[in-house]
Amino acid sequence: MNGFLHQIIAGIATGGIYASVALALVMIYQATHHVNFAQGEMATFSTYIALTLVNAGWPFWLAFVATVGISFCLGVLIERVLMRPMDKAPVLTHVGLFIGLVLVVSNLTGWVFDYTVKPFPTPFFDGPLLGGLVSGHELGSTAVTLVVLGLVYLFFRHTSLGLAMRAAAFNPVSARLVGVRVGWMLALGWGLAAAIGAIAGIMVAPVVFLEPNMMLGILLYAFAGALLGGIDNPLGAVVGGFAVGVIENLGGTYIVGTELKLTLALVIIIGVLLVKPSGLFGRVVLSRV
Amino acid sequence: MSELSEAPPSLRSATVRPAPGIPPALLWALGAVALLLPLFMAESFTLFQLTTAAIYAIAILGLNIITGYNGQISLGHGAFYAVGAYVGAIMLDKLNLPYWSTLPAAAVICGILGWGIGRPALRLGGLYLALTTFSLAVAVPQILKYRGIEEWTGGVQGVLVTKPDAPFGLPLNPDQYLYVLTVLLALGVFILARNLMASRLGRAIVAIRDHALAAEAMGMNIANIKTATFAISAAITGLAGALSALAVEFVSPDSFQASLSITLFVGMVVGGVASIFGAVFGGLFVVFMPNIAEGLSKSAPGVIYGIILIAFLFLLPGGVAGLLRRLGARLRR
Repeated sequence: MNGFLHQIIAGIATGGIYASVALALVMIYQATHHVNFAQGEMATFSTYIALTLVNAGWPFWLAFVATVGISFCLGVLIERVLMRPMDKAPVLTHVGLFIGLVLVVSNLTGWVFDYTVKPFPTPFFDGPLLGGLVSGHELGSTAVTLVVLGLVYLFFRHTSLGLAMRAAAFNPVSARLVGVRVGWMLALGWGLAAAIGAIAGIMVAPVVFLEPNMMLGILLYAFAGALLGGIDNPLGAVVGGFAVGVIENLGGTYIVGTELKLTLALVIIIGVLLVKPSGLFGRVVLSRV
Repeated sequence: MSELSEAPPSLRSATVRPAPGIPPALLWALGAVALLLPLFMAESFTLFQLTTAAIYAIAILGLNIITGYNGQISLGHGAFYAVGAYVGAIMLDKLNLPYWSTLPAAAVICGILGWGIGRPALRLGGLYLALTTFSLAVAVPQILKYRGIEEWTGGVQGVLVTKPDAPFGLPLNPDQYLYVLTVLLALGVFILARNLMASRLGRAIVAIRDHALAAEAMGMNIANIKTATFAISAAITGLAGALSALAVEFVSPDSFQASLSITLFVGMVVGGVASIFGAVFGGLFVVFMPNIAEGLSKSAPGVIYGIILIAFLFLLPGGVAGLLRRLGARLRR
């Protein structure tokens, strides 16, 4: 029984990481109606920046803030340079761009920072808490995820910029008519998503160790989580992310074994899309034809 | 940019017109010479690379039918390639069946699998389908390694295969024979695909991509046609997989990582989306470009792949085939 409880708590801890990446996916989706495949690779790149800063002697939290800032700028830059000119292009072109981005960013990461697996420091107390049920890092990273979720919620609900971003995504034409700069809102969405991705990367790196392909599996789980919660609902994404973490851990321990863990993500994705495509918390989108 | 979704270029490409002034027979003869020349000129490694390029061309053609012509974006066609290769290898190694029987069997099994995946895929549009098929591609190596089917798949070890000898006492070594076999099969598949896209079904496939609602109003059964397209596409890619098992003489889970699906996708864009002939350039590109780039650095092929992919999307959305078509049109004027 204790083992079962521990699996659930460990699942919640990994789920926190999926939740923050899922949150980043949903952010981009809300702002641009894109699902950014390169999210994971961008987050990994950001994490390497953080490691470089920490190794250069910066205090952890200063490096953290700097990395988030740099990632935000990179996200905006990518939107401006790559996505903006292709705004009106068909979906296939967007998928192609994302794939191109994945290839360039992940291989560039390997090229610049080499492929060896690197340990990453944790800012939290690193030892077992609550009688060995949970480690300090698991608790800390879950807390960070929840804080980020709260900030994102406040930003979208209670600031005029957040309102403008929602308006730009919801109805670009009307938003432009009332003076919202729709193009910049999209860029801002990319920046925010890159920043959240960076936070997720920094939180996950102490657990899985840092290597260029660190985020590939995580991205798929996060996508499964975002779909499970509803791709247009930030809260749903976080709940879905935690749920996928628990499902993955329990399924991996008791049903399929660790070898088929990634297949579990595939099963969740297909299951959600077949049974309830809008997810648990998502809106059902109707379109006029 | 918008050329990807424009109907005319893709419809035009369904009927290849030779340049004026050159008789078609001469073109065919030139083509035949170009295809046979490597048999006598090339050393065995180059021949192997050309065989691989032809195999990739078939696989990319399969992907192009579903993604380019039908607009269902698949980032998981490596899965069908893998299944085709494994079907071939298992039939040869475990069941001791003749090599020629593996090719149609792989195509049929992958076709059925494609039908099965095409059904739920009907519910997914655009990016969702792309990500779902991509997660299929990521899951494939894991599934192949699964212990429950190790007896057949050989688990992490994979399965060893031997190249077939040339039949009827032809004076060819196995490498040369496989090259001839692959090129002939590729030729057959390309002609069939061209005819398919020029047929009633082919027009329906393109019409559904360009305007599903209008196509439905014209009486096309969208669900059936989309699923059938998925099956055809998977069958073609599966055939390529079975050929690859013969060419490489070895299948293992690690040969079918998610990057294989990405490679096929890049080959499709570079060769030309919604172009039959473009797949040939795609195949040549994905085989020969990494060789050139590897001289620079271990990471260079990936970075260059990505940059070339993005550059093509910006500058040459019609791929190499689109470029040639434009040059041809200019010459004819």
